[in-house]
Amino acid sequence: MERNFASFVKKESLHILRDTRTMLVVMLIPIILMILFGFAISTEVNNVNVAVVAPERTDGVHDAVERLAQNGYFTFKGYISQNEIDQCLRSGKANAVVVFAQGYDRRAAQAAAGIETKPIIQLIFDASNVNTAGSASAYMQSVLLGTASQQAMFETRMLFNPQMKSAYNFVPGIMGLIFILVCAMMTSVSIVREKEVGTMEVLLVSPVRPVKIIFAKMIPYFAISCIVLVTILLLARYLLGVPMTGGVCGIFSLSLLYLLLSLSLGLLVSTIATTQVAALLISAMVMMMPILMLSGMLFPIENLPIFFQVVSNIVPARWYIDAVRKMMIQGLPIMAVWKNCVILLGMTAVILAVSLKKFKDKLE
Amino acid sequence: MAVIEVQNLSKSYGNVKALDGVSFSVERGELFGLIGPDGAGKTTLFRLLTTLINPDSGSATVDGYDIRDEYLAIRSRVGYMPGRFSLYPDLSVEENLQFFAAMFGVTMEESYELIAPIYKQIEPFRKRRAGKLSGGMKQKLALSCALIHNPGVLFLDEPTTGVDAVSRSEFWDMLAGLKEHGITILVSTPYMDEASRCDRIALCCEGRILEIDTPEGIVQGFDRPLYGISAKNMFALLERAREVNGVVDCYPFGEKHHLVVGDGFDEKKFRNALADIEGIEISTVKPTIEDMFIKLMKR
Repeated sequence: MERNFASFVKKESLHILRDTRTMLVVMLIPIILMILFGFAISTEVNNVNVAVVAPERTDGVHDAVERLAQNGYFTFKGYISQNEIDQCLRSGKANAVVVFAQGYDRRAAQAAAGIETKPIIQLIFDASNVNTAGSASAYMQSVLLGTASQQAMFETRMLFNPQMKSAYNFVPGIMGLIFILVCAMMTSVSIVREKEVGTMEVLLVSPVRPVKIIFAKMIPYFAISCIVLVTILLLARYLLGVPMTGGVCGIFSLSLLYLLLSLSLGLLVSTIATTQVAALLISAMVMMMPILMLSGMLFPIENLPIFFQVVSNIVPARWYIDAVRKMMIQGLPIMAVWKNCVILLGMTAVILAVSLKKFKDKLE
Repeated sequence: MAVIEVQNLSKSYGNVKALDGVSFSVERGELFGLIGPDGAGKTTLFRLLTTLINPDSGSATVDGYDIRDEYLAIRSRVGYMPGRFSLYPDLSVEENLQFFAAMFGVTMEESYELIAPIYKQIEPFRKRRAGKLSGGMKQKLALSCALIHNPGVLFLDEPTTGVDAVSRSEFWDMLAGLKEHGITILVSTPYMDEASRCDRIALCCEGRILEIDTPEGIVQGFDRPLYGISAKNMFALLERAREVNGVVDCYPFGEKHHLVVGDGFDEKKFRNALADIEGIEISTVKPTIEDMFIKLMKR
């Protein structure tokens, strides 16, 4: 019977390999998405042009400006006077203006000693892009204050991702999306194709249990997904510079679990759909939309209306993306996300059980 | 003992009765034909017997196994070739065969003797993708795949539909060859002219079986005189002939009209009645299965 199984897997692989176009799409989509989200679409602090207003150019001011100019994310555009601020921001010559208070050095020293309580630096931002302005201001504060953080009236620190690189955030999201796309959509379409073309009839009238054929179908897709997974991880590490301090092994194991879950979802869709188009639509509408909207990939779950927050609990990608973020960016070990693992494992078991129960070995 | 035993089998889809109380039996080694137009319920019957669907009522056994309760046993014993081409177009001829061999746990070598007469004809194209084969070659490949595990019963649902005349004739020769191996074959076709190649046939229409007999027996059952008539204006001839006394039925049949007549029909009187129609020719013709079919349908 093992020989049987091997030839089923071989047949499935031939189907995939001969469909070069689909094959290319599957391999290229992750790379394109990674580059797109990693570079083109970004909300991160990058190339912020900064002008400075300083009544006295003291040592303290020089130090602060020097730190700003040295930083790769800010470009120092020179000193301007108080009444040039508005015009400078409007014309787009600068995206941000730093204003140092009168007697900055003295007051900074007093602030360090706890005597001075009023702000001594004003940051003025062009907030037409709210996201960029918000993250830039936070980052700029930390840069200006530098090592002398005791000077701070308040202290905000961006842990793990101090530059607030958006790529860090998108990589787990892309992973959550891609594997559903490759595994669920493609397996369901390929199973439903057998129904639609009529080969399922011939498969059913044979001594082989169809479930076996279907598991054989999953294996090549699983293999492709593994290649895609490695590609994404390599791109994330070496192209986007995601730290992955939590250990690649943990991310990999969790992703394998998520692959299984996606494959089971594909099987479930194939038991519902009778045409390839229907399978595609179900995969796209019922699975992709929640992943985009409710998984925390694009919008933080905490910002969703309560109703959708509750709904998001049943979106598997939510738990996966959350866990990958923790491991990839915060550098936590897999043990720290055990709760997510258990939830994903449970979901896989339920989906698999339901789809196997729903899978009929008759035509109706 | 009958290999296929069907008793009062019925199946409905919604309000449509696809199969309405069908009974028949097929003996071992018999080539049994289901003859009837589209919508006669042939495919439904095949799907019932190959255990792909369950009947609403009635029962049937294949090779002694019940189609409802022992369907798994049936599935490993029969070969099935569905109505539409159901192989993998993106796999080559050879790969398709190897896959079906693996599915039934046999090797191509073990079954080579049985499929050789058929497979030899497509073997030169074994590296070609199945989707790129001609209609006739596709049928041969599908038949080879259905035979790969040496099944006792072969179900062929309209195997010659969409195939050229020469390939159709070749295909029936192949079926005759398979009978030598003692394989029971149930085959359906909408082409009446193919019926004579079967041992016995069942004429089906609208979910019922009208008659079961040998092709000769069916033709003998046509007990009225039959004429072939033609004229310059065939349409007028058809219209008018139907109104003549003693004419039971008149219908277009190929280049002529077939005229079924009852007692008291007189050729002279018929000619007189249709004197205004130019160039009438009348000759006696032998009834065919199609004539019988039309007669049974009108009953």
